[in-house]
Amino acid sequence: MANQEMEQLVRREYKQGFVTDIESDTVLPGLNEDVIRFISAKKEEPQWMLDWRLAAFEQWKEMTEPEWAHVNYPTIDFQAISFYSAPKSSDDRPKSLDEVDPKLLETYEKLGIPLHERAALAGVAMDMVFDSVSVTTTFKKQLGEAGVIFCSISEAIREYPELIKQYLGSVVPVMDNYYAALNAAVFSDGSFVFVPKGVTCPMELSTYFRINAENTGQFERTLIICEEDAQVSYLEGCTAPMRDENQLHAAVVELVALENANIKYSTVQNWYPGDEEGKGGIYNFVTKRGECRGDNSKISWTQVETGSAVTWKYPSCVLKGKNSVGEFYSVAVTNNMQQADTGTKMIHIGEGSRSTIISKGISAGRSDQSYRGLVKILPGAKGARNFTQCDSLLIGDQCGAHTFPYQEISNSTAQVEHEATTSKIGEDQLFYCRQRGISEEDAVNMIVNGFCKDVFKELPMEFAVEAEALLNVSLEGAVG
Amino acid sequence: MSLAEFTDQWLSAIAPQISEGSGWLTDLRQGAVEQFATLGLPHARLENWKYTDVKALAKRQFSLPNGQADAVTLIKESSLGLDGIRLVFVDGIFSEQASTLNSLPQGVQVLPLAKNANAAKPLLGQVAAANFSGFTALNLAGWQDGVLIDLAANARLEQPVYLQFVATEQENPVLVQPRILIKAGTYAEATVVEHYAGADDAASLTNAVTEVELADGANITHYKLQQESSKQYHIASMHVQQQRDSRFTSHNVCLGGKLARQDIQVELNGEGAEVNLNGLYLGNARQHLDNHTLVNHNAPHTNSHEDYKGILNDRSRGVFNGRAVVHKNAQKIEAHQSNANLLLSDKAEIDTKPELEIYADDVKCSHGSTTGQLDENALFALRSRGLGEEMARGLLTLAFANEVIDRIEIPAVHDRIEDAVAGRLPEKFNLKGLV
Repeated sequence: MANQEMEQLVRREYKQGFVTDIESDTVLPGLNEDVIRFISAKKEEPQWMLDWRLAAFEQWKEMTEPEWAHVNYPTIDFQAISFYSAPKSSDDRPKSLDEVDPKLLETYEKLGIPLHERAALAGVAMDMVFDSVSVTTTFKKQLGEAGVIFCSISEAIREYPELIKQYLGSVVPVMDNYYAALNAAVFSDGSFVFVPKGVTCPMELSTYFRINAENTGQFERTLIICEEDAQVSYLEGCTAPMRDENQLHAAVVELVALENANIKYSTVQNWYPGDEEGKGGIYNFVTKRGECRGDNSKISWTQVETGSAVTWKYPSCVLKGKNSVGEFYSVAVTNNMQQADTGTKMIHIGEGSRSTIISKGISAGRSDQSYRGLVKILPGAKGARNFTQCDSLLIGDQCGAHTFPYQEISNSTAQVEHEATTSKIGEDQLFYCRQRGISEEDAVNMIVNGFCKDVFKELPMEFAVEAEALLNVSLEGAVG
Repeated sequence: MSLAEFTDQWLSAIAPQISEGSGWLTDLRQGAVEQFATLGLPHARLENWKYTDVKALAKRQFSLPNGQADAVTLIKESSLGLDGIRLVFVDGIFSEQASTLNSLPQGVQVLPLAKNANAAKPLLGQVAAANFSGFTALNLAGWQDGVLIDLAANARLEQPVYLQFVATEQENPVLVQPRILIKAGTYAEATVVEHYAGADDAASLTNAVTEVELADGANITHYKLQQESSKQYHIASMHVQQQRDSRFTSHNVCLGGKLARQDIQVELNGEGAEVNLNGLYLGNARQHLDNHTLVNHNAPHTNSHEDYKGILNDRSRGVFNGRAVVHKNAQKIEAHQSNANLLLSDKAEIDTKPELEIYADDVKCSHGSTTGQLDENALFALRSRGLGEEMARGLLTLAFANEVIDRIEIPAVHDRIEDAVAGRLPEKFNLKGLV
């Protein structure tokens, strides 16, 4: 395929780039105890929460930034970042869509996803995080009838302190890593889901995270708890306006699955990746971890990662329960100067625990992408089983694709398999499509989508469509 | 003991080597001393040493070997029976008496290193960077003896060069530092067998470095058989540089040692260069066996194939790290890696990491690693023919190892290694007389 064409397509602009001009209630840049007190007060948090944050901050100060990832970025000046920003109108929360700030609605309109229409059609409840505060929660009533709690984490701290005290930080401890500690100190908002015993959540839950005010790091904290025999599917999707300065994003997601519980967590991430020269773009340093605490419980992560300038993300499963199951399905696309170091960790503790890892990486332009995974089988995990497959597709001769799979196995009855391949799109595959009259662009599209099929089929329907479209825009014709 | 004290202690242990020799050599050694002082011993925070802890070495006192120990029986018993070109080293020091060096064809030189250091000047330290690890620096600073194998253009050695290293039991553990240099001219061919064995109670530390340079079209096959005692520490690194159309094959069998670490680093610098890495490690008791390989594809049209297998029993621990790097503009590459492991006990552990790092697009790279059990169907097939369960398991385990052993082309070495492997499998397998 002609190089020009490739360049043209690779050079597509970020379609979702815009800034909604809403007055933000933003704290001055810098990080100190006062900022944390401010955030906590803003959220009307109880004293114990503030103490928890301050303790995390003390620990964070002692820690150093991790350097082992295969990414390069300028040192982050934490004193130059503003750690809190909320839409002004947060005090009087709207009860329904009609009461929502019309400018906000406009933002969603621009995204091409009219909230009311989509919500009604798809039956999806959305807890929108606009910058840092949940603006509206829909379908709350229906969920309430089923006994499911779905609200912002700030609300949960006020309304359900016992649950928060019991579970917050129990999967990702404050000291877990540098960014997790930072998040614990300054997290602004996020979602909280509690599905009680025996309940199957009546709808798919979804949250739209957006980063809006300039220079503000977004630090979400998500906590999902599924009690015995309960089930939930949670969708998270993100787009962000075009920016010049790097924005730091350090989220923490914790999942807890008790006996026979089943949590499915899907993400489509399309934050601003920076321009062709790598200027701007989001830094995405995320800690996601789920714990299968009960027997026969299951946690499944599915992610489609196309955005961010630098990604550092390893959704993990701790398989404690007998016969518990962990899954990780990932498609990651990097283009231009994007860098991604992503993968998963499967820690097998329980007898008969099983895990599956399918990771598909596509690198184009001058981007660099790494799969970094750990499969650890502890001595007690009798009959544990893991299957890992990570494939990389290279598009263009300036990009890099790397695989760093760690396997630590200490049980003789465990069975662990890992396979990985790296190659470019096959000339013969392209030729085959071409000679049947399919344009080069469509052919590449088909091949890439076929390459990712194993992952896409794990996504909920609406997301699968969105993900496929996203991938097409990202890469169409990027093969020369 | 602090690292500083430790460094001092080791440096004083190797001081005699540093001061001897001609000017250039003293300078080279002195430079390496400085490198070692900066690097120190590797520690667990280094990614490459994450799973292998050598802290225990810091607590030990080592002295230098004199090569005077009586090792006649040991030499005889451990010999692989390759008698044509045989160099024997007792505690790392060349033993002229025990060696045979007859009938070298034209253009081939096989020289004990201590006495011929000047001949090694163009090669010594050229392929193995002193700062590869603290151990490499330490070897360059204080190597005691070794060999230089120099093959002129088109020279061809029919017989393998057999390098036999035996470690004797000493009152104070000794630090043995051999250096092996292999230089192959254009289209030269040779086979080198590096063999390490130790007396049952030998407790030395072997720190060996091998440097191999292959000119255009050269073909070198290297065997390494490590059968040191269960009290010995064995650290070794082999560094290979390959030019256009050259071919290097390594067979690395690691059976002995309390703690063994082997690094293999291959630089494919010319088009058409090819490397095959073949390896087997078998751990018993509390052995710790670590294999790290690194292949750098620096030129287009270069190929690498790697196949390592591990069998771990009792409380042994295996570590495998295979890394293939395809550098920018090195197109048309094929790189394949495979690592398979069998855990025979619940206390055994394997930490494996096959890595690919790719900066070019026209490549075919793959790696696979598995850890698991024997095929239940194969087991059933054997049992249905009347074999006891343990024996069936034993045969299948040996067959697993044989996939690596069968690539060994020298019959004498093949049989010796197969015997040695069978002999180290759990006794309950009852394979005696079958192999």
